[in-house]
Amino acid sequence: MKRHLLSINDLTYDDAVLILDTAAELAKISDAPVKKLPTLRGRTVVNLFFEDSTRTRISFEAAAKRLSADVINFSAKGSSLSKGESLKDTALTLQAMGADAVIIRHSASGAPARLADQQWMTGSVINAGDGTHEHPTQALLDAFTIRKHLRPENKDLTGVKVAIVGDILHSRVARSNVLLLTKLGAEITLVAPPTLLPVGVENWPAKVAFGLDAVVADSDVVMMLRIQRERMAELFFPSEREYSRQFGLNSDRLKKLKPTALVMHPGPMNRGLEISADSADSLQSVIVEQVTNGVSVRMAVLYLLLGGAPLAAVANIESNEKVGM
Amino acid sequence: MSEISLVGGRNAAGAKINLTITDQKISDISNKVPGPGANVIDISGSIVIPGLVDLHTHLREPGKEDAETVASGARAAVAGGFTAISAMPNTDPVADTAGVVEQVFSLGKATGLCDVFPIGAVTQGQAGKQLAEILAMHESAAKVRMFSDDGHCVFDPLVMRRALEYVKMFNGVIAQHAQEPRLTIDAQMNEGEISARLGLKGWPAVAEEAIIARDILLTDHVQSRLHVCHVTTAGGVELIRWAKVRGINVTAEVTPHHLLLTDELAQSYDPVYKVNPPLRTARDVEALREGLADGTIDIVATDHAPHPTESKECEWPAASFGMLGLETALSIVVQTMISSKLMSWSDLVDRFSIAPAKIAGYTDHGNPLAIGNPANITVFNPNKSWTVNKDLAMSKSRNTPFHGMELPGVVTDVFYNGKQVLRDTKIVSVS
Repeated sequence: MKRHLLSINDLTYDDAVLILDTAAELAKISDAPVKKLPTLRGRTVVNLFFEDSTRTRISFEAAAKRLSADVINFSAKGSSLSKGESLKDTALTLQAMGADAVIIRHSASGAPARLADQQWMTGSVINAGDGTHEHPTQALLDAFTIRKHLRPENKDLTGVKVAIVGDILHSRVARSNVLLLTKLGAEITLVAPPTLLPVGVENWPAKVAFGLDAVVADSDVVMMLRIQRERMAELFFPSEREYSRQFGLNSDRLKKLKPTALVMHPGPMNRGLEISADSADSLQSVIVEQVTNGVSVRMAVLYLLLGGAPLAAVANIESNEKVGM
Repeated sequence: MSEISLVGGRNAAGAKINLTITDQKISDISNKVPGPGANVIDISGSIVIPGLVDLHTHLREPGKEDAETVASGARAAVAGGFTAISAMPNTDPVADTAGVVEQVFSLGKATGLCDVFPIGAVTQGQAGKQLAEILAMHESAAKVRMFSDDGHCVFDPLVMRRALEYVKMFNGVIAQHAQEPRLTIDAQMNEGEISARLGLKGWPAVAEEAIIARDILLTDHVQSRLHVCHVTTAGGVELIRWAKVRGINVTAEVTPHHLLLTDELAQSYDPVYKVNPPLRTARDVEALREGLADGTIDIVATDHAPHPTESKECEWPAASFGMLGLETALSIVVQTMISSKLMSWSDLVDRFSIAPAKIAGYTDHGNPLAIGNPANITVFNPNKSWTVNKDLAMSKSRNTPFHGMELPGVVTDVFYNGKQVLRDTKIVSVS
């Protein structure tokens, strides 16, 4: 595996499967009475968040702590975009503090790549969402969740039909998911108005639909994306009502879903806009479970990138500790 | 009286030429061999051409002297084979008054290295609202003939119309940075498959072409002169071709970087490739080369845009637009246009010296190598190559996208007004 995780393109098929398998192993830790492994003891992991994202930050923090890493949270208030401290100076500071891994969330697409490429620091860089580019660990946790429910015996997601619905243009979650889920054999349909689809989407490895009705009955997964209200002012759609009517997962569409189909959302949700409350809270919804799985998947990523003790040895420690208790 | 002879070289047409400069002028071009004791430079293997003329240079003085000064920009120009450059008005303060253009003009004179002709702003503060005092700038010591709000498109059609009309008083020209502002809010790179994948906001070709089309029609309507800065799209080339067929008085430029580089380079997220207008696709590059070869695009202009290191050593969206150009321009054009056999050396001299001097009215430049003409001359060895090293740039800045590239052709000697300002690739210190 590469030293950094900046994009799903950094992962081979085998890497992706290994992360999911490792996450499945590590998920068992989360169910144990003592939710902790000593595998990254003495390592320092920095959460470098230039954008507020409490849920992603605490998910990474929990993951690192369960692996016994030391976690430093660095909320960079200013960035070079807002004429604050430059990314370079922040990186040099973290290097001076001896960070083994930096988990970065940034409003600028490509900021993690800059951090990784410029040799300002030696640790691993993990992209926790950059601008409208990618959010690879979100895609990994989505793949993990889908596999667990729909392909529990398989390595990958061959044949799973996934509809990704909403603001594809601005969504880093959608970009990472298209790359990862297709790598794992899933079939993607992007559902959005043409204004919220990227230029050249016809060459993406995905089908496109301009309404949710066309795909709802045939999908194994409907992944709803958050629609930001400010997009309306930028003329991407005329009104919330019209958007919701055509693209929202409402009660009627919920009923048309296959009984086995999953309802997903990366959060935070706009209940009543892209997803109705009954859809979000339905039995088919795995939205809360996505959060749980996020911790396991991020543990796996940290574990594999930082080259912790082999998992077999970890398993031994685990059983020893259990014996010890 | 000073006299110097350049012997053993060839002109752009390939004919042998021994050329003698006496004081400020060319005094002899017969093939006679200078007598013993004459001051002679052997330029065997080299081509001798009229000095290059750039109509699009950013010199950053006044206001941003950490990036470039008129003097450092002039050194970069001479190293690149230019004898005249044109300072864009986006300085601080903006060159929108006679005072500022005269300051830049006199700073240029003081370098003694090349002519620095200021370009005046079209509107006050480049804000696109009120016309700047265009006539005062024209009548100043700088004798400004070309006006541009470069970096800011003169977007308001009425302001553009008035500007085009106003400069007819002295046969001036408006140089337009064609960028529809509403279609390029926060734009970062060419809009296409790569911008979509990288999550960087797109700068669509149509935003350039819509303004070019409008300005062509306005220019025709008011019978004035339009110069389109840095054309980057295949569609833009088509529109200009269309205008020229109809006899509309429009000229256009292309930059060396747009003749060579494409938006694929943005995949590194390295802002050294961030430039406005952005690097486009391979198809656009091909159309630009064809347009330059067939004369649809009249000239090469560098859009030399120095920036301090910190403006590029950051996230892509936070970085400044622009790249260095003066020192690499000739070699890039040789590689893209001559090595590819799209253009002859005579075409190159036209696009790089004769045509730009004519557009801007720089009468001492872009003249044939003939007796009595001002000795603004560049000597260039097409058989040598060199490797670009940003740390050796004459410019104060280091933001060249060509760092590490091996390029054909070395500028060895430059004469400005008869005085040697570059000797064997080294700047001659000015007394």
